[in-house]
Amino acid sequence: MNMEHGENCRHLLASLSDYVDGDLGDELCQEIERHLDGCDNCRIVIDTLRKTIYLYHVSATPPSVPDDVRQRLYHRLELEAFLRKGGS
Amino acid sequence: MSKARHEEDFSLEALRSGDRAEFARLVDKYSPFVYRLGLKMLNSPQDAEDVLQETFIKAYRHLQGFDGRALISTWLYRIATNEALMLLRKKHPDTISVNEPWENEHEDQEPLQIVDWCCLPEGELMSEEARESLDRAVDSLPASLRVIFLLREIEGLSTRETAEVLNLSEAAVKTRLSRARLKLREDLSSYFGERLEAYEHGTR
Repeated sequence: MNMEHGENCRHLLASLSDYVDGDLGDELCQEIERHLDGCDNCRIVIDTLRKTIYLYHVSATPPSVPDDVRQRLYHRLELEAFLRKGGS
Repeated sequence: MSKARHEEDFSLEALRSGDRAEFARLVDKYSPFVYRLGLKMLNSPQDAEDVLQETFIKAYRHLQGFDGRALISTWLYRIATNEALMLLRKKHPDTISVNEPWENEHEDQEPLQIVDWCCLPEGELMSEEARESLDRAVDSLPASLRVIFLLREIEGLSTRETAEVLNLSEAAVKTRLSRARLKLREDLSSYFGERLEAYEHGTR
């Protein structure tokens, strides 16, 4: 389904990302919220944008280095003496 | 995690004077972040390993020149992203440089996918297939957007740190993050829209 873009929707698009981050001033926030009250399409875009960001956050793999990669790294850096310490 | 990354209790003096134990601590702490970034940027364990090794080899060589004005993690991310982007350009010479201005810098792609898939159950949103779809969407971003998305959303850097890493203005980081997020939303909406149809069909 295509969005029927009004001028307000287009205007909103540039501020969406800052809006979901809570980086907008009160006035702009209120303007956006007034628009969202009457625009289901934009409401859906905002909700799914938030969910998109959320899904990337919760599914991010924790930082780690496989053991063999770590061993080769320490070898290349001539740090073998320190391999046992720490560990991942 | 992002907080842990910021705890920088390294002795710059020791690092600069070539103290091996201190350097090993630095490698131990940041190699997992550098490796993850390389993997997501290049989508290849071999390339990620190359980025990892080159990053710390260069870091060791240039530690003496590190003035400590930036966080050491920011400095390492800068080396790592340069390595990753260089490798990408070698493999795909048409990759746009991060510092090249964009043709349509101020023109956002309008959202086309209007499907409210937020109500899908967790099992659908977090399935293995969904995760693959998330990864594919990131892979399909242009490198100049992907790197910003990864630094901000996955590595947890602030807008300012990301700007420092990439030598871009904070405004450019924000614009590109916005683009990356909207593009990912489009891709996920295609995938989850189909899942939603199948789900509603199945539960009817």
